[in-house]
Amino acid sequence: MRKFIVISLVSLALISMFYSCQTAETVQQDAYYVNGRDLYIKHCQNCHGGKGEGLGTLTPPLTDSVFMKANKEKLACIIKNGISTPVTVHGQVYEGKMPEFNLANIDIAQLVVYITNGFGHKQGMYSTQQVENDLKNCK
Amino acid sequence: MRHQSTLICAILLTATVFASSCKEERKLPIYGLRDTKTVKNSDGSAGVDTIYQTIPAFKLLNQDSVYITNDHFKGKIYIADFFFTSCTSICPIMHRNLKMISEKFKNNPDVMFLSHTIDFKYDTPSVLKKYAQKLGVDGPKWQFVYGPKDTVYTLAEKSYLVAVNVDSANRDGYVHQGFLVLIDKDRRIRGAYDGTNPEQVAQLEKDIPVLLAEDKK
Repeated sequence: MRKFIVISLVSLALISMFYSCQTAETVQQDAYYVNGRDLYIKHCQNCHGGKGEGLGTLTPPLTDSVFMKANKEKLACIIKNGISTPVTVHGQVYEGKMPEFNLANIDIAQLVVYITNGFGHKQGMYSTQQVENDLKNCK
Repeated sequence: MRHQSTLICAILLTATVFASSCKEERKLPIYGLRDTKTVKNSDGSAGVDTIYQTIPAFKLLNQDSVYITNDHFKGKIYIADFFFTSCTSICPIMHRNLKMISEKFKNNPDVMFLSHTIDFKYDTPSVLKKYAQKLGVDGPKWQFVYGPKDTVYTLAEKSYLVAVNVDSANRDGYVHQGFLVLIDKDRRIRGAYDGTNPEQVAQLEKDIPVLLAEDKK
């Protein structure tokens, strides 16, 4: 019995050591991801759906990894200013208009971290600094 | 001892049978204002009958620019709601849920859907047609209708008991409640479900067969 307790304590310590070996960046990314999820539920989920599945051909899904990768620098602009030009997602053209969401840069960064790391994507961190840079290049 | 346990078993069994046979068939309530009228019974004595609130006659343009009236829903049950196409708040959720229900009942000709737009400025039939096509539900089962402000707003507030209004302070320009209103074949309100609440939408899905079964009798 005593042996069992010792073994479980040691393995617990090992496991927690393993999990605490995250870099500072991953910790920050996780925090952004969690906050981004709350922002997503509040601002985006109505149209884009809980699983990013979109709605008919009214609202495009957020599950197209190729699109999300190719347009990562445009995401901040789309969120901030809305979009009324057609987009092609999963080979389907979506013509509807997305309204603008006047969010702070930090919120946009968190949202982008969520939508580019959730829904089957894995694009990593996106900082407030990047939001600032990307917003300068909005058309 | 053995005799006793047999007796207990028998009592338990009888109780179960009684309890299950006493379960009344579920019936949906009838909502709205009520009135009474005096009627003559078959034996000549006077009796009182209840008059329930019903959806009045309406005539509205649908997504194909064709006038539809109550006759379109004659002998059928339908689910009505109020929305507008440029709405970004609750309408997408309501219609996501309603679309799911319409798909469940797509092979049942007795279940129909009626969405009224409250955006009398922008949502003309052609806009509604595009919306229906994009939502993926364009067909005779689900009607999207357009009408003058007074007609639609009165219908919403007085008949379907759903609050709608123009709100210039709101970003989308309109505010409204997200109820999905269940109407029976006698034009009475039999249920109102919050179209944004998954539990209530599930309840609506369960209530539709109950209402259909009632009409079969």
